[in-house]
Amino acid sequence: MSDVLVVAEHRQDSLRDVSFELVTAGRNLADEMDGTLDVAVISGAVESFAEALSLDGVDRIHTVDYGDEFNHDVYTQAVTQLHDAVDPTVLLLPNSVNGLDYAPAVATRLGLPYVSDTVDVEWDGEGVVTVREQFGGKVETVVGVDDDAAVVSVRPGAYAPADTDGTASVVAFDAEIETDAVLTDVRGFEEVAGGDVDITEADVLVSVGRGIEDEENLDLIFDLAEALDATVSASRPVVDDGWLDKGRQVGQSGKVVTPDVYLAIGISGAVQHVAGMKGAETIVAVNTDPNAPIFDIADYGVVDDLFDVVPELIEQLG
Amino acid sequence: MKVLVTAKQVATVDDDDFEVGVDGVDEQFLEYDLNEWDEYAVESGVSFAEECDDDVEVVSVTIGPEQTEETIRMVLAKGVDRAIRVWDDALDEDALRDVETKAALLEAVAERESPDLVLTGVQASDDGLGATGVALAATMDVAWAAVANDVEIDADAETVHARRELEGGLEEVTDVALPAVLTIQTGINEPRYASLRGIRQAQRKEILPLGLDDLDVDATQLKRRLSVKSTRVPETTSTATLFEGEADETATDLAEMLRDEGVTAE
Ligand SMILES: Cc1cc2nc3c(=O)[nH]c(=O)nc-3n(C[C@H](O)[C@H](O)[C@H](O)COP(=O)(O)OP(=O)(O)OC[C@H]3O[C@@H](n4cnc5c(N)ncnc54)[C@H](O)[C@@H]3O)c2cc1C
Ligand SMILES: Nc1ncnc2c1ncn2[C@@H]1O[C@H](COP(=O)(O)O)[C@@H](O)[C@H]1O
Repeated sequence: MSDVLVVAEHRQDSLRDVSFELVTAGRNLADEMDGTLDVAVISGAVESFAEALSLDGVDRIHTVDYGDEFNHDVYTQAVTQLHDAVDPTVLLLPNSVNGLDYAPAVATRLGLPYVSDTVDVEWDGEGVVTVREQFGGKVETVVGVDDDAAVVSVRPGAYAPADTDGTASVVAFDAEIETDAVLTDVRGFEEVAGGDVDITEADVLVSVGRGIEDEENLDLIFDLAEALDATVSASRPVVDDGWLDKGRQVGQSGKVVTPDVYLAIGISGAVQHVAGMKGAETIVAVNTDPNAPIFDIADYGVVDDLFDVVPELIEQLG
Repeated sequence: MKVLVTAKQVATVDDDDFEVGVDGVDEQFLEYDLNEWDEYAVESGVSFAEECDDDVEVVSVTIGPEQTEETIRMVLAKGVDRAIRVWDDALDEDALRDVETKAALLEAVAERESPDLVLTGVQASDDGLGATGVALAATMDVAWAAVANDVEIDADAETVHARRELEGGLEEVTDVALPAVLTIQTGINEPRYASLRGIRQAQRKEILPLGLDDLDVDATQLKRRLSVKSTRVPETTSTATLFEGEADETATDLAEMLRDEGVTAE
């Protein structure tokens, strides 16, 4: 019996940041429950991963030495069996792309309620209480779970990573992986081709979002970039529509950029976008919607129509 | 071959002025549309059927009250052959928040239709559970792949060659055994607009309403273990300097600020 069980995530021989963030979330929660924190690490170099995960506040680490990289069928089986053995009140999983690929299956197999993509997880003395976002971050809901146990996934970046060493005990867990039930064959990784510009090298980025409405209107953005000697980047919908190539996409599934100045023009500031640009020195936003989450991280902003502001700005810079 | 596409009608909030009550955003501030991710899932299904010379039937399923039929007609106009709409008085928001409930209903539809492939979106843009497709696959006990941005269906080999879009420009190359559920990522294709002909044809296509009895689902299977305790507009952590005034004035302020940052071209 434990109180919180966290499952770490790794790829290509490295633990991903979200693993350390989950340890923080898990430790906070376990403290509120006056309880224990267990961490599991599955596949890959489990022993060296376990060493790195032996952080302050972690009581036990369970290693499942099976395969190299993530396979959701293996993870689903291993986590389900670990859950039976460890019996945690709360199972904390990452809401990463791989989390999206196995967390709902684990909850289904365990018959437990699943709260996904939480930005805060707490124990109120009786049950789990989480905070989630709705409508792209415009609204927050406090969601409670009415059950004895739950599976909760935590948004990457929601918690600070744990980094103080600890003295967790490490136990090898002998998961019995039924190979007949492994229905996916993970063949490997491929890097997406780069494109014509390297937006990670730019000092100034003029970044355009869905607010631009039409491909033809992109001229306006390129004119502004020229006036600023800047490079043009974009949020996902502009790339999805094929108006700019994938190499210019900023965000979780695109590039992480850290320019001196980042101008977000007609970009709402969805979490997956912000993941790629929050490290910019100075963030400037132009958006008609005063509630757009981009204003939460902006240093300067104008709440107005980009089709009014940008032409004026080009003229004034010219 | 049969492809089942799940299509959700999502709510979006009006731009600036909206109010939240205890249960969420007040109805009058909401607009409804087809979920962005489902546009791509629908396109994947319909274009696959076209490539196969229409030897493939594409059926959509929506869980939602009667007002969702407006959205379902859009899906039909884009080339889906027929639609199923699941609803029952026993359903409510709390039940639909519990992904096990949605998976149970969709599994019952899949049982009835026996699709070879189920396509869902990665997530719904309003509640963003990001869970329905994979939960459905686990409930159906079939293979799956989440966040697919490339899908090649090899019906003869009963396999889907897929790519999963990971973080930071990396993709996982994966083979999935059919039958399978794939959750479709935006950008995988170019969703079509409904043609006038498509819109006309959609009027004649079937939207089959199904309730719990039709699906042999017992009301006790509808879990509602998640409840919303409160809804709020997040407290802004903004420290932004907002420039105000007419566009020429704000542009002046912006230009000055950019000059101060030393980033203008001259
Ligand atoms: C697994 C996954 C990975 C993802 N990866 C990424 C990623 O890498 N990068 C990324 O960007 N997104 C990513 N997304 C998508 C993300 O969730 C959002 O959908 C996306 O960032 C929204 O882009 P946007 O802000 O341009 O569009 P919207 O959210 O539609 O925002 C458009 C904004 O423009 C404003 N606007 C409209 N008209 C005007 C006007 N005339 N003048 C001024 N403002 C105007 C609106 O008020 C709105 O705020 C990912 C999603 C998932 C599920
Ligand atoms: N009520 C619904 N009716 C039909 N499909 C749905 C419904 N809810 C979710 N889905 C499907 O599941 C996907 C993921 O939704 P969600 O898990 O709610 O974020 C959506 O893109 C839809 O394809």
